Amino acid sequence: MQDSTSLFKLSIIGFGAVGQGVAKVVQNMPQLKVVAIADSKGVALMPDLEDVLALKRAGQPIANSDLTALDVIRIVDHDVVVEVTPTNIDDGEPGLTHFREALKNKRNVVTSNKGPLVAAFGELTQLACTQGVGLRYEATVGGAMPIINLIRDTLAGARVLGIRGVLNGTCNYILTRMAEEALDYDQVLSEAQDMGIAEADPTYDVTGIDTACKVVILANAFFDRNATFKDVNLTGIERITQDALQLARQRGFVVKLIGDVQELTVSPKLIPLGHPLNVNGTLNAASILTDTAGEITVAGKGAGSIETASAILSDVLSLMRGRD
Amino acid sequence: MRISMDLELQDTPGQLMHVLTPVSDLGGNVLSVVHHHDKKTFRNTVPVSVIFDIEEHMLEELQKGLEKSGVTIVRIGKMRLRARTHILLIGHIIHTDLMQTIDEIDSTGFAEVQDLSLSMPAIDDPSSAVVTIMATGKEELKKSVEILKDIAERKDMLVIVPIDESGISGGLSNAG
Repeated sequence: MQDSTSLFKLSIIGFGAVGQGVAKVVQNMPQLKVVAIADSKGVALMPDLEDVLALKRAGQPIANSDLTALDVIRIVDHDVVVEVTPTNIDDGEPGLTHFREALKNKRNVVTSNKGPLVAAFGELTQLACTQGVGLRYEATVGGAMPIINLIRDTLAGARVLGIRGVLNGTCNYILTRMAEEALDYDQVLSEAQDMGIAEADPTYDVTGIDTACKVVILANAFFDRNATFKDVNLTGIERITQDALQLARQRGFVVKLIGDVQELTVSPKLIPLGHPLNVNGTLNAASILTDTAGEITVAGKGAGSIETASAILSDVLSLMRGRD
Repeated sequence: MRISMDLELQDTPGQLMHVLTPVSDLGGNVLSVVHHHDKKTFRNTVPVSVIFDIEEHMLEELQKGLEKSGVTIVRIGKMRLRARTHILLIGHIIHTDLMQTIDEIDSTGFAEVQDLSLSMPAIDDPSSAVVTIMATGKEELKKSVEILKDIAERKDMLVIVPIDESGISGGLSNAG
């Protein structure tokens, strides 16, 4: 085995929960080599993954060079840029610049970052196409739950007519706890924040913005919509009362925040108790309606560092197989 | 609207066409026809029960047409309110005039509020309600849900409707 040529080289741009998850999983994959890791403070070149993970845990800087993330993308020789900086819904930055530079330099991009895809889906997929490199984003929707590659590869023989689902684990956790324990929204939100399931500022999740981003990505990927965030009709879960959930339950329903890709809507919906989209806790679920395969529903863990890393690694390995 | 009609036809061949043709000509859709040969009347006619869907305003013309071709109409039954849905409302349901909200649905003539369970936690807190609406058909039910959505928007209430179980919303025909 000729290591230098058969190894698939990655950079990890962004070293938060997801970036660290990727580093952990890559440790067990001898065919992959991380050549650089960039966090907000600097760049570690040819990092020892165990060491940088330990530094990060200890709150120490990981940088061992003067390079910036953009320098890494431009000049360090590697195959895939794993772009896992936080999602910025306003303009997609800094991710958008990272994406553009990576694609211009003929590097594949694998990401969990929704911002650039929501801001400039058409431009980026076009750029990837003309440059002859891959742009993969399984991790942007549903975390570990397979959906994008499922539709693209496994369901390649079917035409997708619609997709809808429970695409935000934080909202699903809040609604599940409120219904099952008869707790108020504020109480459950605080609990979710304590457990790290909800952010200190939960706006992005509870108002449906996160779900809307996923709806936009799926609409652009599978319905050629060229949609942006503004096209999505949005209703969040903040006004839902536990009384309402109890009343719904008496009639045989639960309430879930549903993203509907075909309709470009995000809104709470009544779901019959026996419906396949009735998944509990932080789980995500999506139903894909196809012409030949009928309706297919998948469910899985929608967030979490290792879970999201699993989706990223699936994209990386699929690109690697394409190269060989 | 779904109509059930009990008729009496002459016991000669071809009589049923006098019924089915005008229904179809007026845009109706016949769902079921039952001949009660065993219950022939003393007038030597055969009772027939027909069930069909037709626009309500076509009914009078249909009646005239049937009578003209010698069909005896024994009974017309309008099978109302066949479609049902539950809707969740959250907001100041009482203070924004609950009666008016219900009236607006009931006054459509094709839908009515059949059941309403309300929960009012405290005077300033938003109330929650589950409303059961019944309508004459699926299309009418959709219309009444849209009306309720409009009312809710005016009255700043959150409306939560059931997920469309007939398939993925938006219909299959315009799928990309």
